[in-house]
Amino acid sequence: MFDDVRALYSDAIRQHGRHPVHAGRLPDADGSAKGDNPMCGDRVTVFIRRAGAIISQASFEARGCEISLASADLMCDAVAGQALERVRGLAGEVETMARTGQCDVCDAVMTRLQPLAAVHDFPSRVKCVTLPWRALIAAMDGSEEMAQ
Amino acid sequence: MNSISRPTFDLDRIRADFPILGQTVHGKPFVFLDSAASAQKPRQVIGAMVEVMETQYANVHRGIHWMSERTTEAYEGVRTKVAKLLNAPDAREIVFAKNSTELINLVAHCYGRGVMRPGEAVIVSEMEHHANLVPWQMLRDQHGIELRVAPITDNGELDMPAFERLLEDGKVGLVAVTHMSNVLGTVTPATRIAAMAHAHGAKVLFDGSQAVVHRRVDVQALDADFYVFTGHKLYGPTGIGAMYAKRELLERMPPFMGGGDMIGSVSFEHSTWAEIPHKFEAGTPPIIEAIGLGVAIDWVEAIGYDAIAGHEADLVEYTLRRMAEIPGIRVLGTAQDRGGVFSFTMKNAHAHDIATLLDRGGIAVRAGNHCAEPLMRRLGVDSTARASVGIYTSTEEIDVLANALVRVGEFFA
Repeated sequence: MFDDVRALYSDAIRQHGRHPVHAGRLPDADGSAKGDNPMCGDRVTVFIRRAGAIISQASFEARGCEISLASADLMCDAVAGQALERVRGLAGEVETMARTGQCDVCDAVMTRLQPLAAVHDFPSRVKCVTLPWRALIAAMDGSEEMAQ
Repeated sequence: MNSISRPTFDLDRIRADFPILGQTVHGKPFVFLDSAASAQKPRQVIGAMVEVMETQYANVHRGIHWMSERTTEAYEGVRTKVAKLLNAPDAREIVFAKNSTELINLVAHCYGRGVMRPGEAVIVSEMEHHANLVPWQMLRDQHGIELRVAPITDNGELDMPAFERLLEDGKVGLVAVTHMSNVLGTVTPATRIAAMAHAHGAKVLFDGSQAVVHRRVDVQALDADFYVFTGHKLYGPTGIGAMYAKRELLERMPPFMGGGDMIGSVSFEHSTWAEIPHKFEAGTPPIIEAIGLGVAIDWVEAIGYDAIAGHEADLVEYTLRRMAEIPGIRVLGTAQDRGGVFSFTMKNAHAHDIATLLDRGGIAVRAGNHCAEPLMRRLGVDSTARASVGIYTSTEEIDVLANALVRVGEFFA
Protein backbone atom coordinates (compact mmCIF):
# COMPACT_ATOMS: atom_id res chain seq x y z
CA MET A 1 0.00 0.00 0.00
CA PHE A 2 2.79 2.40 0.88
CA ASP A 3 5.33 1.32 -1.73
CA ASP A 4 5.61 4.75 -3.30
CA VAL A 5 6.25 6.49 0.02
CA ARG A 6 9.26 4.31 0.73
CA ALA A 7 11.37 6.53 -1.53
CA LEU A 8 10.59 9.44 0.80
CA TYR A 9 10.81 7.46 4.02
CA SER A 10 14.12 5.85 3.06
CA ASP A 11 16.31 4.14 5.62
CA ALA A 12 18.47 7.26 5.92
CA ILE A 13 15.47 9.53 6.50
CA ARG A 14 13.95 7.11 8.99
CA GLN A 15 17.22 6.82 10.90
CA HIS A 16 17.87 10.58 11.08
CA GLY A 17 14.23 11.42 11.69
CA ARG A 18 13.73 8.98 14.53
CA HIS A 19 17.16 9.02 16.11
CA PRO A 20 18.73 12.38 15.32
CA VAL A 21 22.28 12.77 16.60
CA HIS A 22 22.33 16.57 16.53
CA ALA A 23 19.16 17.17 18.53
CA GLY A 24 19.61 19.42 21.53
CA ARG A 25 20.86 22.85 22.42
CA LEU A 26 24.48 23.62 21.56
CA PRO A 27 25.99 24.71 24.89
CA ASP A 28 28.38 27.33 23.54
CA ALA A 29 26.40 28.42 20.48
CA ASP A 30 27.18 31.86 19.11
CA GLY A 31 24.09 32.03 16.93
CA SER A 32 20.58 30.64 16.89
CA ALA A 33 17.28 31.22 15.13
CA LYS A 34 13.80 29.81 15.19
CA GLY A 35 11.94 28.50 12.21
CA ASP A 36 8.21 28.21 12.32
CA ASN A 37 5.70 26.74 9.95
CA PRO A 38 2.46 28.13 11.36
CA MET A 39 0.26 26.23 8.93
CA CYS A 40 1.33 22.87 10.29
CA GLY A 41 2.81 23.53 13.69
CA ASP A 42 6.39 22.49 12.92
CA ARG A 43 8.92 24.48 14.87
CA VAL A 44 12.71 24.28 14.89
CA THR A 45 15.50 26.21 16.58
CA VAL A 46 18.91 25.91 14.99
CA PHE A 47 22.09 26.59 16.99
CA ILE A 48 25.48 27.27 15.41
CA ARG A 49 29.00 27.78 16.57
CA ARG A 50 31.47 29.56 14.31
CA ALA A 51 35.24 29.40 14.07
CA GLY A 52 36.19 32.37 11.96
CA ALA A 53 34.44 32.01 8.62
CA ILE A 54 33.53 28.38 9.24
CA ILE A 55 30.57 26.70 10.95
CA SER A 56 32.32 24.45 13.41
CA GLN A 57 29.17 22.83 14.76
CA ALA A 58 25.39 22.98 14.43
CA SER A 59 22.51 21.47 16.37
CA PHE A 60 18.75 21.85 16.59
CA GLU A 61 15.73 21.54 18.83
CA ALA A 62 12.51 20.74 17.01
CA ARG A 63 9.04 19.47 17.15
CA GLY A 64 7.88 18.26 13.81
CA CYS A 65 7.47 15.42 11.41
CA GLU A 66 10.09 12.81 10.53
CA ILE A 67 10.98 14.64 7.34
CA SER A 68 11.74 17.95 9.03
CA LEU A 69 13.72 16.24 11.82
CA ALA A 70 15.69 14.20 9.28
CA SER A 71 16.41 17.32 7.23
CA ALA A 72 17.62 19.16 10.34
CA ASP A 73 19.85 16.28 11.40
CA LEU A 74 21.33 15.73 7.92
CA MET A 75 21.88 19.48 7.70
CA CYS A 76 23.86 19.58 10.95
CA ASP A 77 26.02 16.73 9.64
CA ALA A 78 26.57 18.47 6.32
CA VAL A 79 27.45 21.98 7.47
CA ALA A 80 29.93 21.15 10.23
CA GLY A 81 33.32 22.34 9.06
CA GLN A 82 31.96 24.20 6.04
CA ALA A 83 32.69 27.83 5.20
CA LEU A 84 29.80 30.23 5.83
CA GLU A 85 29.52 31.06 2.15
CA ARG A 86 29.47 27.38 1.22
CA VAL A 87 26.66 26.82 3.75
CA ARG A 88 24.60 29.55 2.09
CA GLY A 89 25.17 27.83 -1.23
CA LEU A 90 24.17 24.47 0.23
CA ALA A 91 20.91 25.88 1.60
CA GLY A 92 20.01 27.11 -1.88
CA GLU A 93 21.00 23.83 -3.48
CA VAL A 94 18.93 21.84 -0.98
CA GLU A 95 15.89 24.03 -1.75
CA THR A 96 16.38 23.39 -5.45
CA MET A 97 16.86 19.68 -4.88
CA ALA A 98 13.74 19.49 -2.69
CA ARG A 99 11.69 21.14 -5.44
CA THR A 100 13.15 19.40 -8.47
CA GLY A 101 14.72 16.18 -7.19
CA GLN A 102 18.00 17.21 -8.85
CA CYS A 103 21.16 18.81 -7.53
CA ASP A 104 23.13 21.15 -9.76
CA VAL A 105 26.52 20.23 -8.33
CA CYS A 106 26.32 16.78 -6.83
CA ASP A 107 29.51 16.85 -4.82
CA ALA A 108 30.23 14.70 -1.79
CA VAL A 109 28.28 16.93 0.60
CA MET A 110 25.22 17.12 -1.62
CA THR A 111 25.37 13.38 -2.16
CA ARG A 112 25.03 12.88 1.59
CA LEU A 113 21.92 15.09 1.46
CA GLN A 114 20.49 13.15 -1.47
CA PRO A 115 17.86 11.29 0.63
CA LEU A 116 16.03 14.62 0.90
CA ALA A 117 15.59 14.78 -2.89
CA ALA A 118 12.68 12.32 -2.80
CA VAL A 119 10.48 15.01 -1.25
CA HIS A 120 10.08 16.66 -4.65
CA ASP A 121 7.39 14.07 -5.37
CA PHE A 122 5.45 15.33 -2.34
CA PRO A 123 4.97 19.06 -2.95
CA SER A 124 3.12 19.74 0.30
CA ARG A 125 6.11 18.35 2.22
CA VAL A 126 8.87 20.41 0.57
CA LYS A 127 8.62 22.99 3.34
CA CYS A 128 9.33 20.26 5.91
CA VAL A 129 12.77 19.89 4.31
CA THR A 130 13.49 23.58 3.84
CA LEU A 131 12.36 24.80 7.29
CA PRO A 132 15.58 23.96 9.22
CA TRP A 133 17.76 25.29 6.39
CA ARG A 134 16.00 28.63 6.46
CA ALA A 135 16.41 28.76 10.24
CA LEU A 136 20.12 28.00 9.78
CA ILE A 137 20.56 30.94 7.41
CA ALA A 138 18.64 33.15 9.85
CA ALA A 139 21.01 32.01 12.64
CA MET A 140 23.98 32.94 10.47
CA ASP A 141 22.41 36.32 9.72
CA GLY A 142 21.84 36.88 13.41
CA SER A 143 18.10 37.25 13.16
CA GLU A 144 16.02 35.88 16.00
CA GLU A 145 13.09 34.65 14.00
CA MET A 146 13.32 33.64 10.39
CA ALA A 147 10.84 34.49 7.70
CA GLN A 148 8.47 31.65 6.95
CA MET B 1 -30.93 -0.51 15.57
CA ASN B 2 -34.27 1.18 15.88
CA SER B 3 -35.18 2.45 12.47
CA ILE B 4 -38.71 3.59 13.23
CA SER B 5 -39.44 7.04 11.81
CA ARG B 6 -35.90 7.19 10.45
CA PRO B 7 -35.92 9.52 7.43
CA THR B 8 -34.89 8.01 4.12
CA PHE B 9 -31.27 8.45 3.25
CA ASP B 10 -30.19 7.07 -0.10
CA LEU B 11 -26.42 7.31 0.09
CA ASP B 12 -25.79 5.89 -3.38
CA ARG B 13 -28.05 8.50 -4.90
CA ILE B 14 -26.39 11.27 -2.92
CA ARG B 15 -22.92 10.11 -3.93
CA ALA B 16 -23.99 10.02 -7.56
CA ASP B 17 -24.53 13.79 -7.32
CA PHE B 18 -20.81 14.35 -6.64
CA PRO B 19 -18.77 13.76 -9.80
CA ILE B 20 -15.47 14.18 -7.95
CA LEU B 21 -16.10 11.14 -5.75
CA GLY B 22 -15.50 8.96 -8.81
CA GLN B 23 -11.92 10.18 -9.17
CA THR B 24 -8.87 8.14 -8.34
CA VAL B 25 -5.89 9.58 -6.46
CA HIS B 26 -2.49 7.89 -6.73
CA GLY B 27 -4.31 5.09 -8.51
CA LYS B 28 -6.67 4.47 -5.59
CA PRO B 29 -10.36 5.31 -5.23
CA PHE B 30 -10.62 8.83 -3.80
CA VAL B 31 -11.69 8.77 -0.15
CA PHE B 32 -12.42 12.35 0.84
CA LEU B 33 -12.35 12.88 4.60
CA ASP B 34 -11.60 16.60 4.63
CA SER B 35 -15.08 18.08 4.34
CA ALA B 36 -14.61 20.23 7.45
CA ALA B 37 -12.00 22.18 5.48
CA SER B 38 -14.20 22.46 2.40
CA ALA B 39 -16.94 20.19 1.12
CA GLN B 40 -17.31 18.79 -2.39
CA LYS B 41 -20.00 20.18 -4.67
CA PRO B 42 -23.01 18.36 -6.11
CA ARG B 43 -23.52 18.55 -9.87
CA GLN B 44 -26.66 20.63 -9.30
CA VAL B 45 -24.53 23.45 -7.83
CA ILE B 46 -21.90 23.12 -10.54
CA GLY B 47 -24.56 23.11 -13.25
CA ALA B 48 -26.44 26.09 -11.85
CA MET B 49 -23.31 28.20 -11.81
CA VAL B 50 -22.52 27.35 -15.41
CA GLU B 51 -26.13 27.88 -16.41
CA VAL B 52 -26.33 31.34 -14.89
CA MET B 53 -23.27 32.41 -16.85
CA GLU B 54 -24.61 30.87 -20.04
CA THR B 55 -28.20 32.07 -19.85
CA GLN B 56 -28.94 34.66 -17.22
CA TYR B 57 -26.14 36.90 -16.11
CA ALA B 58 -25.69 40.65 -15.63
CA ASN B 59 -24.74 42.85 -12.72
CA VAL B 60 -27.30 43.15 -9.92
CA HIS B 61 -29.14 46.17 -8.47
CA ARG B 62 -28.04 48.38 -11.38
CA GLY B 63 -29.31 47.67 -14.80
CA ILE B 64 -32.63 48.90 -16.08
CA HIS B 65 -32.72 45.92 -18.34
CA TRP B 66 -34.26 42.51 -18.36
CA MET B 67 -31.08 40.53 -17.77
CA SER B 68 -30.05 42.58 -14.74
CA GLU B 69 -33.54 42.38 -13.28
CA ARG B 70 -33.62 38.58 -13.62
CA THR B 71 -30.13 38.24 -12.12
CA THR B 72 -31.10 40.54 -9.25
CA GLU B 73 -34.16 38.40 -8.58
CA ALA B 74 -32.04 35.26 -8.51
CA TYR B 75 -29.43 36.85 -6.24
CA GLU B 76 -31.95 38.33 -3.82
CA GLY B 77 -33.87 35.06 -3.93
CA VAL B 78 -30.87 33.42 -2.31
CA ARG B 79 -31.10 35.89 0.56
CA THR B 80 -34.64 34.65 1.13
CA LYS B 81 -33.43 31.03 0.98
CA VAL B 82 -30.74 31.73 3.57
CA ALA B 83 -33.30 33.45 5.79
CA LYS B 84 -35.52 30.39 5.54
CA LEU B 85 -32.59 28.03 6.16
CA LEU B 86 -31.74 29.84 9.41
CA ASN B 87 -35.37 30.70 10.25
CA ALA B 88 -34.53 34.39 10.23
CA PRO B 89 -37.63 36.57 10.56
CA ASP B 90 -36.70 38.88 7.68
CA ALA B 91 -34.45 38.43 4.61
CA ARG B 92 -33.11 41.95 5.21
CA GLU B 93 -31.34 40.49 8.24
CA ILE B 94 -29.12 38.38 5.96
CA VAL B 95 -25.80 39.90 4.88
CA PHE B 96 -23.57 38.32 2.24
CA ALA B 97 -19.78 38.40 2.23
CA LYS B 98 -17.12 36.08 0.91
CA ASN B 99 -16.91 33.72 3.91
CA SER B 100 -17.24 33.41 7.69
CA THR B 101 -13.87 35.08 8.21
CA GLU B 102 -14.97 38.20 6.37
CA LEU B 103 -18.31 38.25 8.20
CA ILE B 104 -16.66 38.00 11.63
CA ASN B 105 -14.32 40.80 10.60
CA LEU B 106 -17.38 42.76 9.51
CA VAL B 107 -18.92 42.35 12.98
CA ALA B 108 -15.61 43.19 14.70
CA HIS B 109 -15.40 46.32 12.58
CA CYS B 110 -18.99 47.52 12.44
CA TYR B 111 -20.24 46.33 15.82
CA GLY B 112 -16.91 46.20 17.67
CA ARG B 113 -15.53 49.55 16.57
CA GLY B 114 -18.84 51.10 15.59
CA VAL B 115 -21.04 50.27 18.58
CA MET B 116 -18.92 48.87 21.44
CA ARG B 117 -17.05 51.29 23.66
CA PRO B 118 -13.44 50.96 24.86
CA GLY B 119 -13.40 49.13 28.19
CA GLU B 120 -16.08 46.67 27.17
CA ALA B 121 -15.09 43.03 26.74
CA VAL B 122 -15.48 40.27 24.15
CA ILE B 123 -15.52 36.60 25.19
CA VAL B 124 -14.25 33.88 22.86
CA SER B 125 -13.72 30.23 23.77
CA GLU B 126 -10.54 28.22 23.91
CA MET B 127 -11.63 26.20 20.89
CA GLU B 128 -12.08 28.96 18.34
CA HIS B 129 -10.82 28.85 14.79
CA HIS B 130 -8.35 31.68 14.20
CA ALA B 131 -11.13 33.37 12.20
CA ASN B 132 -13.07 33.88 15.42
CA LEU B 133 -10.07 34.92 17.48
CA VAL B 134 -7.74 37.15 15.48
CA PRO B 135 -10.40 39.77 14.51
CA TRP B 136 -11.15 40.21 18.23
CA GLN B 137 -7.46 40.52 19.08
CA MET B 138 -7.26 43.26 16.47
CA LEU B 139 -10.29 44.92 18.03
CA ARG B 140 -8.64 44.66 21.46
CA ASP B 141 -5.42 46.23 20.23
CA GLN B 142 -7.00 48.98 18.14
CA HIS B 143 -10.12 49.86 20.11
CA GLY B 144 -9.33 49.16 23.75
CA ILE B 145 -11.63 46.17 24.04
CA GLU B 146 -10.76 43.52 26.61
CA LEU B 147 -10.55 39.97 25.25
CA ARG B 148 -11.57 37.16 27.58
CA VAL B 149 -11.13 33.46 26.84
CA ALA B 150 -13.68 30.97 28.12
CA PRO B 151 -11.94 27.70 28.98
CA ILE B 152 -12.92 24.25 27.83
CA THR B 153 -12.99 21.08 29.90
CA ASP B 154 -10.63 18.18 29.26
CA ASN B 155 -13.29 16.38 27.24
CA GLY B 156 -13.53 19.36 24.91
CA GLU B 157 -16.73 21.02 26.06
CA LEU B 158 -17.20 24.65 26.99
CA ASP B 159 -16.75 25.07 30.75
CA MET B 160 -20.14 26.68 31.41
CA PRO B 161 -19.58 27.76 35.06
CA ALA B 162 -16.28 29.38 34.06
CA PHE B 163 -17.99 31.00 31.08
CA GLU B 164 -20.69 32.47 33.29
CA ARG B 165 -18.08 33.85 35.71
CA LEU B 166 -16.51 35.77 32.82
CA LEU B 167 -19.86 37.47 32.25
CA GLU B 168 -20.54 38.43 35.83
CA ASP B 169 -19.00 41.90 35.99
CA GLY B 170 -21.36 43.10 33.27
CA LYS B 171 -18.53 44.48 31.10
CA VAL B 172 -18.96 41.95 28.31
CA GLY B 173 -20.52 43.47 25.22
CA LEU B 174 -20.23 40.44 22.96
CA VAL B 175 -19.74 36.69 23.22
CA ALA B 176 -18.27 35.19 20.02
CA VAL B 177 -18.11 31.40 20.09
CA THR B 178 -18.22 28.48 17.75
CA HIS B 179 -21.42 26.48 17.37
CA MET B 180 -19.34 23.42 16.45
CA SER B 181 -15.59 22.99 16.84
CA ASN B 182 -13.64 22.38 13.63
CA VAL B 183 -11.09 20.41 15.64
CA LEU B 184 -13.02 18.45 18.26
CA GLY B 185 -16.44 18.21 16.64
CA THR B 186 -17.94 19.53 19.89
CA VAL B 187 -21.36 21.10 19.43
CA THR B 188 -21.70 23.93 21.93
CA PRO B 189 -24.90 24.53 23.94
CA ALA B 190 -25.79 27.59 21.90
CA THR B 191 -29.20 28.23 23.46
CA ARG B 192 -27.73 28.26 26.97
CA ILE B 193 -24.79 30.39 25.86
CA ALA B 194 -27.11 32.96 24.31
CA ALA B 195 -29.39 32.99 27.36
CA MET B 196 -26.44 33.50 29.72
CA ALA B 197 -24.94 36.21 27.53
CA HIS B 198 -28.25 38.04 27.32
CA ALA B 199 -28.86 37.75 31.06
CA HIS B 200 -25.64 39.70 31.54
CA GLY B 201 -26.35 42.26 28.86
CA ALA B 202 -24.06 40.84 26.17
CA LYS B 203 -24.83 40.11 22.53
CA VAL B 204 -23.84 36.77 21.06
CA LEU B 205 -22.25 35.75 17.77
CA PHE B 206 -22.06 32.12 16.71
CA ASP B 207 -19.53 30.89 14.20
CA GLY B 208 -21.75 28.34 12.48
CA SER B 209 -19.28 27.36 9.74
CA GLN B 210 -19.29 23.71 10.82
CA ALA B 211 -22.65 23.50 12.61
CA VAL B 212 -24.87 24.57 9.73
CA VAL B 213 -23.58 21.65 7.69
CA HIS B 214 -24.63 19.08 10.22
CA ARG B 215 -27.86 20.21 11.82
CA ARG B 216 -30.75 22.58 11.45
CA VAL B 217 -30.02 26.03 12.79
CA ASP B 218 -32.86 28.21 14.04
CA VAL B 219 -31.56 31.66 14.90
CA GLN B 220 -34.83 32.61 16.59
CA ALA B 221 -34.85 29.52 18.81
CA LEU B 222 -31.19 30.17 19.67
CA ASP B 223 -31.90 33.88 20.12
CA ALA B 224 -28.64 34.55 18.26
CA ASP B 225 -27.71 38.16 17.64
CA PHE B 226 -25.22 37.25 14.91
CA TYR B 227 -24.87 33.89 13.16
CA VAL B 228 -22.29 33.41 10.42
CA PHE B 229 -21.57 30.55 8.05
CA THR B 230 -19.71 29.96 4.82
CA GLY B 231 -21.05 28.47 1.62
CA HIS B 232 -18.18 26.23 0.63
CA LYS B 233 -18.57 23.93 3.62
CA LEU B 234 -22.31 23.59 2.91
CA TYR B 235 -21.71 21.99 -0.52
CA GLY B 236 -21.78 25.40 -2.16
CA PRO B 237 -19.01 27.30 -3.93
CA THR B 238 -16.16 29.27 -2.39
CA GLY B 239 -16.43 33.05 -2.23
CA ILE B 240 -19.84 33.32 -0.60
CA GLY B 241 -20.81 33.35 3.06
CA ALA B 242 -23.86 34.65 4.87
CA MET B 243 -24.69 36.16 8.22
CA TYR B 244 -27.92 36.58 10.10
CA ALA B 245 -27.95 39.61 12.38
CA LYS B 246 -30.85 41.12 14.27
CA ARG B 247 -32.29 44.05 12.44
CA GLU B 248 -31.84 46.57 15.25
CA LEU B 249 -28.14 45.71 15.40
CA LEU B 250 -27.68 46.06 11.65
CA GLU B 251 -29.47 49.41 11.81
CA ARG B 252 -27.13 50.64 14.56
CA MET B 253 -23.95 49.47 12.86
CA PRO B 254 -22.04 51.73 10.47
CA PRO B 255 -21.16 50.31 7.02
CA PHE B 256 -18.23 47.95 6.52
CA MET B 257 -16.55 48.93 3.27
CA GLY B 258 -17.32 51.93 1.13
CA GLY B 259 -18.11 51.76 -2.55
CA GLY B 260 -20.87 51.16 -5.01
CA ASP B 261 -24.10 49.40 -4.02
CA MET B 262 -23.85 50.39 -0.34
CA ILE B 263 -24.80 54.05 -0.76
CA GLY B 264 -27.99 56.06 -0.73
CA SER B 265 -26.64 59.16 -2.42
CA VAL B 266 -23.11 60.43 -2.98
CA SER B 267 -21.65 63.89 -3.38
CA PHE B 268 -18.10 65.08 -2.88
CA GLU B 269 -19.13 66.50 0.48
CA HIS B 270 -21.25 63.71 1.82
CA SER B 271 -22.68 60.26 1.21
CA THR B 272 -25.61 58.47 2.73
CA TRP B 273 -25.93 54.74 3.18
CA ALA B 274 -28.23 52.25 1.56
CA GLU B 275 -30.80 50.39 3.64
CA ILE B 276 -29.86 47.15 5.35
CA PRO B 277 -28.48 44.74 4.31
CA HIS B 278 -27.05 46.55 1.29
CA LYS B 279 -25.08 49.06 3.31
CA PHE B 280 -22.80 46.13 4.28
CA GLU B 281 -22.31 44.90 0.72
CA ALA B 282 -20.08 47.34 -1.16
CA GLY B 283 -19.21 46.64 -4.76
CA THR B 284 -20.40 43.96 -7.15
CA PRO B 285 -21.18 40.96 -4.96
CA PRO B 286 -20.30 37.31 -5.71
CA ILE B 287 -23.43 36.87 -7.82
CA ILE B 288 -22.64 33.52 -9.39
CA GLU B 289 -21.40 32.10 -6.09
CA ALA B 290 -24.53 33.29 -4.28
CA ILE B 291 -26.70 31.57 -6.85
CA GLY B 292 -24.60 28.43 -6.38
CA LEU B 293 -25.16 28.67 -2.63
CA GLY B 294 -28.90 28.95 -3.20
CA VAL B 295 -28.87 25.69 -5.13
CA ALA B 296 -26.73 24.04 -2.44
CA ILE B 297 -29.32 25.06 0.17
CA ASP B 298 -32.13 23.65 -1.99
CA TRP B 299 -30.15 20.44 -2.38
CA VAL B 300 -29.51 20.09 1.37
CA GLU B 301 -33.13 20.90 2.20
CA ALA B 302 -34.35 18.30 -0.30
CA ILE B 303 -32.39 15.63 1.59
CA GLY B 304 -33.44 17.13 4.89
CA TYR B 305 -31.54 17.85 8.08
CA ASP B 306 -33.20 14.97 9.92
CA ALA B 307 -31.82 12.51 7.37
CA ILE B 308 -28.43 14.24 7.40
CA ALA B 309 -28.25 14.16 11.20
CA GLY B 310 -29.24 10.48 11.27
CA HIS B 311 -26.56 9.54 8.76
CA GLU B 312 -23.99 11.56 10.63
CA ALA B 313 -24.88 10.06 14.01
CA ASP B 314 -24.30 6.61 12.49
CA LEU B 315 -20.96 7.73 11.05
CA VAL B 316 -19.83 9.26 14.35
CA GLU B 317 -20.65 6.11 16.28
CA TYR B 318 -19.02 3.89 13.65
CA THR B 319 -15.90 6.01 13.28
CA LEU B 320 -15.27 6.30 17.02
CA ARG B 321 -15.68 2.54 17.34
CA ARG B 322 -13.28 1.77 14.48
CA MET B 323 -10.71 4.33 15.71
CA ALA B 324 -10.83 2.81 19.21
CA GLU B 325 -9.76 -0.53 17.73
CA ILE B 326 -6.53 0.87 16.27
CA PRO B 327 -3.47 0.61 18.52
CA GLY B 328 -1.82 3.92 19.41
CA ILE B 329 -4.65 6.16 18.16
CA ARG B 330 -5.98 8.85 20.45
CA VAL B 331 -9.06 10.79 19.37
CA LEU B 332 -9.15 14.26 20.91
CA GLY B 333 -12.36 15.45 22.50
CA THR B 334 -15.08 13.29 23.96
CA ALA B 335 -17.94 15.77 24.06
CA GLN B 336 -21.41 14.34 24.59
CA ASP B 337 -22.82 16.35 21.72
CA ARG B 338 -20.47 16.06 18.79
CA GLY B 339 -20.41 15.98 15.01
CA GLY B 340 -18.35 14.15 12.43
CA VAL B 341 -14.95 15.75 12.94
CA PHE B 342 -12.24 13.51 14.38
CA SER B 343 -8.85 14.89 15.34
CA PHE B 344 -6.40 12.25 16.33
CA THR B 345 -2.81 11.55 17.15
CA MET B 346 -0.92 8.31 16.69
CA LYS B 347 1.90 6.95 18.80
CA ASN B 348 5.26 7.19 17.00
CA ALA B 349 3.84 9.01 13.97
CA HIS B 350 3.58 12.72 13.33
CA ALA B 351 0.36 14.04 11.82
CA HIS B 352 2.07 15.03 8.55
CA ASP B 353 3.65 11.68 8.12
CA ILE B 354 0.27 10.04 8.74
CA ALA B 355 -1.40 12.34 6.19
CA THR B 356 1.25 11.68 3.54
CA LEU B 357 0.87 7.92 3.88
CA LEU B 358 -2.93 8.13 3.83
CA ASP B 359 -2.76 10.37 0.77
CA ARG B 360 -0.83 7.68 -1.09
CA GLY B 361 -3.71 5.38 -0.23
CA GLY B 362 -6.11 7.82 -1.90
CA ILE B 363 -7.37 9.13 1.46
CA ALA B 364 -7.56 12.88 2.03
CA VAL B 365 -7.31 14.03 5.64
CA ARG B 366 -6.02 17.26 7.07
CA ALA B 367 -2.93 17.51 9.25
CA GLY B 368 -1.63 20.43 11.24
CA ASN B 369 -3.07 22.82 13.77
CA HIS B 370 -6.37 23.36 11.89
CA CYS B 371 -6.21 27.14 12.30
CA ALA B 372 -6.60 26.64 16.05
CA GLU B 373 -3.11 27.01 17.50
CA PRO B 374 -4.22 28.05 21.02
CA LEU B 375 -6.49 24.99 21.18
CA MET B 376 -3.59 22.75 20.18
CA ARG B 377 -1.59 24.16 23.09
CA ARG B 378 -4.54 23.64 25.45
CA LEU B 379 -4.73 20.00 24.34
CA GLY B 380 -0.98 19.59 24.73
CA VAL B 381 -0.32 18.61 21.12
CA ASP B 382 1.63 20.29 18.31
CA SER B 383 -0.59 19.08 15.55
CA THR B 384 -3.17 16.43 14.82
CA ALA B 385 -4.47 14.54 11.85
CA ARG B 386 -8.15 15.17 11.23
CA ALA B 387 -10.72 13.11 9.41
CA SER B 388 -14.05 14.83 8.82
CA VAL B 389 -17.15 13.47 7.18
CA GLY B 390 -19.67 14.92 4.76
CA ILE B 391 -23.12 14.01 3.64
CA TYR B 392 -21.56 11.65 1.07
CA THR B 393 -19.27 9.76 3.46
CA SER B 394 -19.87 6.02 3.73
CA THR B 395 -18.98 3.53 6.46
CA GLU B 396 -16.98 1.72 3.78
CA GLU B 397 -14.78 4.80 3.50
CA ILE B 398 -14.32 4.80 7.28
CA ASP B 399 -13.23 1.17 6.92
CA VAL B 400 -10.69 2.20 4.27
CA LEU B 401 -9.37 4.85 6.68
CA ALA B 402 -9.25 2.49 9.65
CA ASN B 403 -7.49 -0.25 7.71
CA ALA B 404 -4.99 2.25 6.33
CA LEU B 405 -4.31 3.64 9.81
CA VAL B 406 -3.46 0.16 11.02
CA ARG B 407 -0.91 -0.03 8.21
CA VAL B 408 0.40 3.45 9.02
CA GLY B 409 0.89 2.34 12.61
CA GLU B 410 2.88 -0.68 11.42
CA PHE B 411 4.95 1.52 9.09
CA PHE B 412 6.01 3.84 11.90
CA ALA B 413 6.24 1.15 14.59
